[in-house]
Amino acid sequence: MKRISIKAVSRVCVRWGIGLAALYAGAAMAQEPVVLFGAEAELSGSASTELRLFPESPQFADQDDRRIEPSLAFEPEFRLYWERERLTFIPFFRYDPADHDGRTHGDIRELSLYVERGDWDVTAGLGKVFWGVAESRHLVDIINQADLVENSDEEDKLGQPMVNVNLLRDWGTLGVFILPGFRERTFPGDEARLRGPLPVDTDRPIYESSAEDGHVDAALRYKHVIGDVDLGLSYFHGTSREPELVPSVGSDGRTVLRPRYEIIDQLGLDVQATMDAWLWKLEAIHRSGHGDPFAAAVGGFEYTLFGLTGGAADLGLLAEYHYDGRGRDAPATIFDNDVFLGARLALNDEDATEFLAGVIVDQREGEVLALLEAERRITERWFAELEARFFFNADRGISAVEDDGHILLRLSRYF
Amino acid sequence: MDTSRYWSGLALALLITGAAVGLAILSNKAHAGEAEDRKGLEIAQEIDRRDLGFGDSKTEMEMVLTNRTGESSTRKLRLETLEVPDPDMGDKSLTVFAHPGDIKGTAFLSFTKILEPDDQWLYLPALKRVKRISSANKSGPFVGSEFAYEDLTSFEVAKYTYTWLRDEACGELDCFVVERVPQYERSGYSKQIAWVDKGEYRIVKVDFYDRKDTLLKTLESTEWQQYLDQYWRPHRMHMVNHQTGKETVLTFEPYQFREGVNEANFNQSRLARLR
Repeated sequence: MKRISIKAVSRVCVRWGIGLAALYAGAAMAQEPVVLFGAEAELSGSASTELRLFPESPQFADQDDRRIEPSLAFEPEFRLYWERERLTFIPFFRYDPADHDGRTHGDIRELSLYVERGDWDVTAGLGKVFWGVAESRHLVDIINQADLVENSDEEDKLGQPMVNVNLLRDWGTLGVFILPGFRERTFPGDEARLRGPLPVDTDRPIYESSAEDGHVDAALRYKHVIGDVDLGLSYFHGTSREPELVPSVGSDGRTVLRPRYEIIDQLGLDVQATMDAWLWKLEAIHRSGHGDPFAAAVGGFEYTLFGLTGGAADLGLLAEYHYDGRGRDAPATIFDNDVFLGARLALNDEDATEFLAGVIVDQREGEVLALLEAERRITERWFAELEARFFFNADRGISAVEDDGHILLRLSRYF
Repeated sequence: MDTSRYWSGLALALLITGAAVGLAILSNKAHAGEAEDRKGLEIAQEIDRRDLGFGDSKTEMEMVLTNRTGESSTRKLRLETLEVPDPDMGDKSLTVFAHPGDIKGTAFLSFTKILEPDDQWLYLPALKRVKRISSANKSGPFVGSEFAYEDLTSFEVAKYTYTWLRDEACGELDCFVVERVPQYERSGYSKQIAWVDKGEYRIVKVDFYDRKDTLLKTLESTEWQQYLDQYWRPHRMHMVNHQTGKETVLTFEPYQFREGVNEANFNQSRLARLR
């Protein structure tokens, strides 16, 4: 029997989402709380238009060489609230004319039922969780797959099938996750920007497990607050979210990279000590399953100067160090021995204006990623974001994205 | 002799004497006698005593920010408060934003302490991320409004020292006028002058003085309603910044006391699942 692919389900759900949204919009005209199945219904979300500007020509001949790449995204959020239960449905769709195979895609970010009962709760369905404390690398965060075509920073995630039970006790919160079904990482298409020298053949992934993407993964999460310290411990067993990229011959005879997903065990630790204006952060993992076991860590601080020059603005200074001890058999990373330095300026004005500037410098190869982010509310419905990302000394190996430095402008309309 | 000049001279002399006596009384008050301090503290303790035992409350709040040119913007949020009976601990509060869209679902959890920094967490729904944040920003503006974080945390007696200044009429009510000086670190104020109505011990007006001791803001709380035959809450709070001309008005929906506030939700690990 053919397994139902999440992609196909996504497509159906996006259609249903638009249908439901239209239905809801009709009902909401009445200006009263909409009640469906005895629950209070809420429709919100955003539609956004995005412009990516690439000042340089692409490095590889088969890449699309347009310098200006507009795209559209739509992410409605539909919720039904009962007294202590909630149904959430968040489909997502992006249309990018420059990348039909990769970045034009749909996903169900969330489709889940949440049940809350005093000191325990359950979430079942497609969901999203975040673990960790660091800013420049999310090492411990492992439940959700990165939606890499959305943004190369890996902060956009695909919805993960899960049953998650949480127990809230005096000694901390314990979360148990059963994760039936694996989501493959998305990669930019053959002709798209921000891909390496070889295209990734996402149609032919390799799995270590004979169950392939049907392997049932499991995870445990413990969180506790002890005074100024927020502590997290985690354990994960299952399909690695990070694939190794294995050279292979594609259907048309070209060399391609096939993603290879191995079964791993990962222990994680995340700690933050909050001391006055200082936040001290550490994330560390120990992983086995890709050749030799290895450890990796990211640690540093964020120090905030509140009320800069007697005004309302806050300036945060960030520094983080990355270490990664993985060997050649493990998926490659750019964070093997790097330093991140950054500054965050929050004006704390009516428009919530914020800036973040930073550099990640590789200590060994001298590769540099420079980034700038700015955001601001325009009206109560419209929000503007700007992101700039440029790469230096990054013309070798898997990180051959030197010519893909870009500026991204995003204008979002919330409803 | 010109009698009119005589009389005006006498009037001036009397005025000067009167002003000198007045100044002497004022400066005496500035040095604050023990009796005035004790009375000020007793008033604060009575305010606190009358609010004891409310258990928990929830309401919805609308916040309208207006700048000098009259442009305004609106925030809407849900507010839940859980009383912590231990007098050495402050209350717990949970704020969930509903409007505007870009911050919808953002949640803010705060455990108020007395003199130590509060414990605070922020939930960012786009990333599903809960962040422990520094609470050293007490004097910073709350979501761009004229309310600082320290203006919105729960009232705890030991946060200030008090001096009773005088009694005077405040609108239709009779008020105690009490000076309070923040004792916690990083306050943006050198002092606050509070008008407390004598009948119900409600803080109806506060003048805030900046660190240079210049009048910065005035808060007026009106549309009071009493709940459970004991607890008074204002349903309109109007803050004016005298230095910038900006204003913020908070209006509150009727409060619900002891109705369905889930104690477990005042937990940083629940924060990510509130919405």
